[in-house]
Amino acid sequence: MLTSLWYGKTLPVLAVCAVLAVFWYAGSIWLNGDMQRDAFTNAGKTEFTASEFIAGTWSQERPKLPTPGQILVELNKTVLETAPTSKRSLVYHGSVTISATLLGFLIGSLLGMGLAVLVVHVKSLDRSLMPWVVASQTIPIIALAPMIVVILNQFDITGIVPKAVIAAYLSFFPVTVGMVKGLRSPDPLQLDLMRTYSADRLHTFLKLRVPASVPFLFASLKVAVAASLVGTVVAELTKSEDGGLGARLLAGSYYGQTIQIWSALFAAAACAWVLVTLVGLADRLVTRAMGARP
Amino acid sequence: MVQSGSVSPVIETSDLSLTFETGDGPVHALSDVSLTINKGEFVSLIGPSGCGKTTLLRVIADLEQPTQGSISINGISPHEARLKRAYGYVFQAPALYPWRTIGKNIALPLEIMGFSKEERAERVRKGLELVNLTGFEKKFPWQLSGGMQQRASIARALSFDPDLLLMDEPFGALDEIVRDKLNEQLLRLWEKTQKTVVFVTHSIPEAVFLSTKIIVMSPRPGKIHDVIDCNFPADRTLDIRETPEFLDVANRVRQGLREGHSYVD
Repeated sequence: MLTSLWYGKTLPVLAVCAVLAVFWYAGSIWLNGDMQRDAFTNAGKTEFTASEFIAGTWSQERPKLPTPGQILVELNKTVLETAPTSKRSLVYHGSVTISATLLGFLIGSLLGMGLAVLVVHVKSLDRSLMPWVVASQTIPIIALAPMIVVILNQFDITGIVPKAVIAAYLSFFPVTVGMVKGLRSPDPLQLDLMRTYSADRLHTFLKLRVPASVPFLFASLKVAVAASLVGTVVAELTKSEDGGLGARLLAGSYYGQTIQIWSALFAAAACAWVLVTLVGLADRLVTRAMGARP
Repeated sequence: MVQSGSVSPVIETSDLSLTFETGDGPVHALSDVSLTINKGEFVSLIGPSGCGKTTLLRVIADLEQPTQGSISINGISPHEARLKRAYGYVFQAPALYPWRTIGKNIALPLEIMGFSKEERAERVRKGLELVNLTGFEKKFPWQLSGGMQQRASIARALSFDPDLLLMDEPFGALDEIVRDKLNEQLLRLWEKTQKTVVFVTHSIPEAVFLSTKIIVMSPRPGKIHDVIDCNFPADRTLDIRETPEFLDVANRVRQGLREGHSYVD
């Protein structure tokens, strides 16, 4: 038990967290110090002890840098103590974000795989399409998101779909790149074997290229699902009326509610972690079924 | 090996040449190769690296295109023969697909060629039995030794029952003991199945032990240096390698290899 703590991941992770927490609390004192001094001055308090000062910097209502403790209290309040149906609940906003993320991930993955199949099988598309695929990712999504929302709105496409489209825009790219590499991964020997059976392109695709691409695909899907979440959050900054973690971020910054911003950030990070972990789990199940060494 | 019935050619080539155009100029992989391989023969192609033995095998399999000369497999072109699935090919490496079990790997050509599910199961069972891998059907390739993997790949090549078996140094990567054992097994298998085998190797004892005919090739340009007939009794075992007759043939092969080899001292 103790040895597993020592040699396993738990202790290193805890140690890193502790170090981060120390720096974080120190940072809070440093960044919130000026405001605390002003607050004491305004209150006519000229004499104060160091511990009073530090306690003050750690308990402001709108600190420049809230402490991890303040964020945890806020998370507890908005995740556990608020009904999930309430608009003040992070569970509500998280579920709005995750549903758009998953839809976008689905669209992006299917689009990415489809493009990869085309690029691998049609030579002219390899040269004509791939540069556009790469170029698509050089445009900052924050600039593109409002336009996508406006244009789709013109076609009466509203609600979750515009957000999912923006998420898909970010998530198809890693899937295309990874899948192209995966579909091209069979070595000459494996391809020659198919030739000796005079297998057609469809058989070579289904029985060789697709299974060979699976490890590459899953590596890409992990990146894609995280990118999809980022896309959704950015979309929610534009389209905040439906709620979502992005809308929480926006509302927080309107009213200088830094604690709310940070807790929304933490919630987004937790969502990303859950999604990436789920894809990783699917990866393990599939590759195990495909004979990978345990 | 004395063939019963009439002798019919399976592979015929005349003046076959293949030149690869490379950045450093043309490479003459094959030059004026003329040979006939008859039904039921076990023919070894032996020679140093670069003598074109693998290239010749790949031309027979329609994996490379000759630049000159003619070649026919059962009277048709290698391309047509490949489309008719006339041969099974065993590569230097087992080339088993890692995501398929041994049984599924053996069934791969059967799936592509449209055999029914029952037929596939039956042929996989027979194939495993043929190469002594019964019980390993559900294992993945990495769970088997190199020798077992290569045996599985032989079962895969034979699963659709082609009359011609092309083998490219199938035991080259295995150790001496495993290779000896597989040589004996291959000989029994050839006896049992009556296939025509073309076998690429650079091991003299292996070639002499297995073959009815040994084709000694020499490099730059790759051409046939000598053709040696070699008819030991069908029920031979590895012990035959100690007999004077065996050593005679082996010496002739060695002699041929030496003459054809252009050493740069």
